[in-house]
Amino acid sequence: MQRVSLVINGKEVSRKIEDRTLLSSLLRDILSLTGTHVGCDTSQCGACVVLVDGKSVKSCTLFAADVDGSKITTIEGLANNGKLHPIQEAFKKNHGLQCGFCTPGMVMSVADLLKNKKNPNDQEIRDWLKGNICRCTGYQNIVAAVKDAASKM
Amino acid sequence: MASLVGSRVERKEDKKFLTGKGRYTADINLANQAYAYFVRSPHARASISKVDVSKASNAPGVVRILTGDDLAKDKIGGLIAGWKIVSQDGTDMKVPAHPPLANNTVNYVGDHVAVVIAETLDQAREAADLVRVDYKVLKAVVKTSDALNSKPIHEGIDKNLCFDWGLGDKAKTDEAFSKAEKIIKIDLVNNRLIPNAMEPRASIGDYNPSSENLTLYTTNQNPHLTRLVLSAFCAIQPEHKFRVVAPDVGGGFGSKIYPYAEDAVIAWAAKKIERPVKWVAERTESFLSDCHGRDHITHAELAVKNDGKIVGLKVETIANLGGYASLFATVTPTYLYGPLVLGLYDIPVAFCNVKAVYTNTAPVDAYRGAGRPEATYMIERLVEKAAKEMGIDRAEFRNKNFISKFPHQQCLVHNIDSGDYSAHLNKALELSDYKNFENRRTESKSKGKLRGIGFCTYLEACGIAPSAVVMSIGAGVGLWESAEIRFNATGNVSVFTGTHSHGQGHDTTFAQIVSDKLGVPIENIDLVHGDTDKGPFGMGTYGSRSLAVGGTAITKACDKIIDKGKKVAAHMLEAKPDEIDFKAGEFIVKNSNKKKTIGEIAFACYLPGQYGEIKSPLPEGVEPGLKETAFYDPVNFSFPAGTHICEVEVDQDTGETKVVAYTAVDDFGTVINPMIVEGQVHGGVVQGIGQALYENAHYDESGQLITASYMDYTMPRANNLPELKIDYTSTPATSNPLGVKGCGEAGAIAAPPAVMNAVIDAIDTDISMPATSEKVCNALQENKKNNKEAA
Repeated sequence: MQRVSLVINGKEVSRKIEDRTLLSSLLRDILSLTGTHVGCDTSQCGACVVLVDGKSVKSCTLFAADVDGSKITTIEGLANNGKLHPIQEAFKKNHGLQCGFCTPGMVMSVADLLKNKKNPNDQEIRDWLKGNICRCTGYQNIVAAVKDAASKM
Repeated sequence: MASLVGSRVERKEDKKFLTGKGRYTADINLANQAYAYFVRSPHARASISKVDVSKASNAPGVVRILTGDDLAKDKIGGLIAGWKIVSQDGTDMKVPAHPPLANNTVNYVGDHVAVVIAETLDQAREAADLVRVDYKVLKAVVKTSDALNSKPIHEGIDKNLCFDWGLGDKAKTDEAFSKAEKIIKIDLVNNRLIPNAMEPRASIGDYNPSSENLTLYTTNQNPHLTRLVLSAFCAIQPEHKFRVVAPDVGGGFGSKIYPYAEDAVIAWAAKKIERPVKWVAERTESFLSDCHGRDHITHAELAVKNDGKIVGLKVETIANLGGYASLFATVTPTYLYGPLVLGLYDIPVAFCNVKAVYTNTAPVDAYRGAGRPEATYMIERLVEKAAKEMGIDRAEFRNKNFISKFPHQQCLVHNIDSGDYSAHLNKALELSDYKNFENRRTESKSKGKLRGIGFCTYLEACGIAPSAVVMSIGAGVGLWESAEIRFNATGNVSVFTGTHSHGQGHDTTFAQIVSDKLGVPIENIDLVHGDTDKGPFGMGTYGSRSLAVGGTAITKACDKIIDKGKKVAAHMLEAKPDEIDFKAGEFIVKNSNKKKTIGEIAFACYLPGQYGEIKSPLPEGVEPGLKETAFYDPVNFSFPAGTHICEVEVDQDTGETKVVAYTAVDDFGTVINPMIVEGQVHGGVVQGIGQALYENAHYDESGQLITASYMDYTMPRANNLPELKIDYTSTPATSNPLGVKGCGEAGAIAAPPAVMNAVIDAIDTDISMPATSEKVCNALQENKKNNKEAA
């Protein structure tokens, strides 16, 4: 057991956890932040993507203890006082989601992309998103949503 | 209020998903819950002499370990095959017992042997390693092609044959072939796929020993049917004391239409230990034990006249059912496949024979399209081949053979009410710039790439119906749908449906229909589904049925509301009911300005009286309240159709194949929400591209699933795909008042043959799905070698 202290969605959190606790498990099972999803256990699907110190990472293959002291943003922390973030707004407007399961990871990946690249083209968006699997949308409306969001940010 | 039907209304359900507030089964945690982990067979086929749980039972945190023996002692029944198929010789299909925990044999890797329940998931997983199972490994039958020639894997099921089914007139078909001017033959494999909804399956059982109520939360497309099966066949709990909740569900694609062994075991275990029990599949468990899709071997022949007119079709298929017959497994390769082998062509005679076989692989069941993709792949590969061999343009060959008059009674089963197949073909030809394709081929060649084009014109049969007909051909249930419209006293509306939304956007589409119909603003309408304790019994979501059948039930319930509203309005406005018009949410006395809004009527229905006045707003004999239920049994299937055209580029050195252009023109009849329909087409097409180029469930000779993770099973990703061009034509369905036909599966049906026809056109060699770089590269090498030898 060890203590980890993190700032999650702007709130300081400190918990004593088992050494083997994954970040996804800390978020979901201990802190009840169930917006972060686990879809594959092998870092392939990206449903579990969160931002650690601003960088998108797959939380299902990261020990919570390894990110002790970090600032974490999850999907729950993206909207501001009930107002959707431009990426969330663009996903809604462009029908960039269907079942919603991959969506949190997809949105968090896009948040990282758009922080570093202001106006990515289609291919850049598609290349960036290759670590996030969506089985519903065929990605086309996700790409449209990313471009739409980029134009508004 | 402007009409919402036909508008791109943004989805009501999106906000919760976009903010992490969706509530999927795995997100639910109950007080005092224990965790389950399944002990699964590592062998494809084995007999079990003993399951020793003594060491595991003493492991830290273990609450209980349950085995097949416990299940048998409690007389828990097995899972069922829901559709009885009768063989050509008149005998019933042969179905092995399918206990939710193995009795004494296991029949695929991942088959369920025992469940360990512990205080934490880690403890359950660790203790599962300590369960000692004495397996005697038996020779497994793995390949579809081996099943009929192998010793039975199930006692008493000779040749591993579940049924040998025929559809059509064999004698007349043989006669047509004997007179045919040309016969085109093809041999095909429809590759086995793993559905891979992004949300892994999960179940939570919760039993209240005092009230004796059992609740099962599960990842399911069809909660009412799941409850029925678990009650009536597994005998876990009487239906009236059993609630099945399918909350937000992260994709289904057919793989979540029915209860799985885990659902039965978790519900039973929770009742047994009187504590909530939670199970969530790891992804590899999903790969191993979710039902797979497709897996056909087919030989087909087309009899054609020299002018290109088709005169007959013969199809012989072996369909792999896997280790057991899953719920929809037997209807998928028969009634959802056989009638569709004709495609949208006017073929005078045909015969289709399907032999369904058992193998030691995961059970195969309905997967997006279910039977229709397999039929379409067959006929569209065959037609493309015929056009090529006969030197007729692929579009012209199809057009020549299209059904052109409606209604059209096909020679096998379907009576098609409406369509205009040349219309979508012509639109697709234009949109894809077909006439300039050869220029693009030349251009690709100059870059060292082989370019090909492939077509698929398809017919689909959705909204499977009517109940009396489907039950006459073996269905275990009728396939109607229910709806309830419940006005609240304050004028807003709860709509209950027996269908289930797991990505399709029913909350929005159905609300659009109700809003238009009743004149209630869409924000005042809420859809309720996925909970057997709330709405009336319904048949769930699959087969692109929800709008055609469920949407119609909603429409009918709205009509009843309007009828009652007219009676009440007439009484309140001192007129006769037939003098009342209903329009845009208002009941108006004809030729007057006297009116009541539907909100006022709802209020009057729930508060039928006033202080100080005796007169009721309700006419005599009219009950208070404003709530109506409708059960709708369709008169026929609906028949979407369309044309998809694909272009691929193949790298000659590496064999890497890329879809570089894709055009889809579909006729879904009336479209309620074009934005949602577009999304369904995109997703379906990409799943179809996945089948054609990337996806394949591969078992090795011993029956180990080699492709059991996303590291091994290739899913289409964003960077594998081009931007798809989507358009529509529309001939409204005549079989339902909305004119809708269904759109959920079209892409997955049309894309595989369109892509494969394009690949074959590019490399000029027959090749099977998936056309991976390795396979294409080998085919090109082989071509080169053959060409050299020929020279």
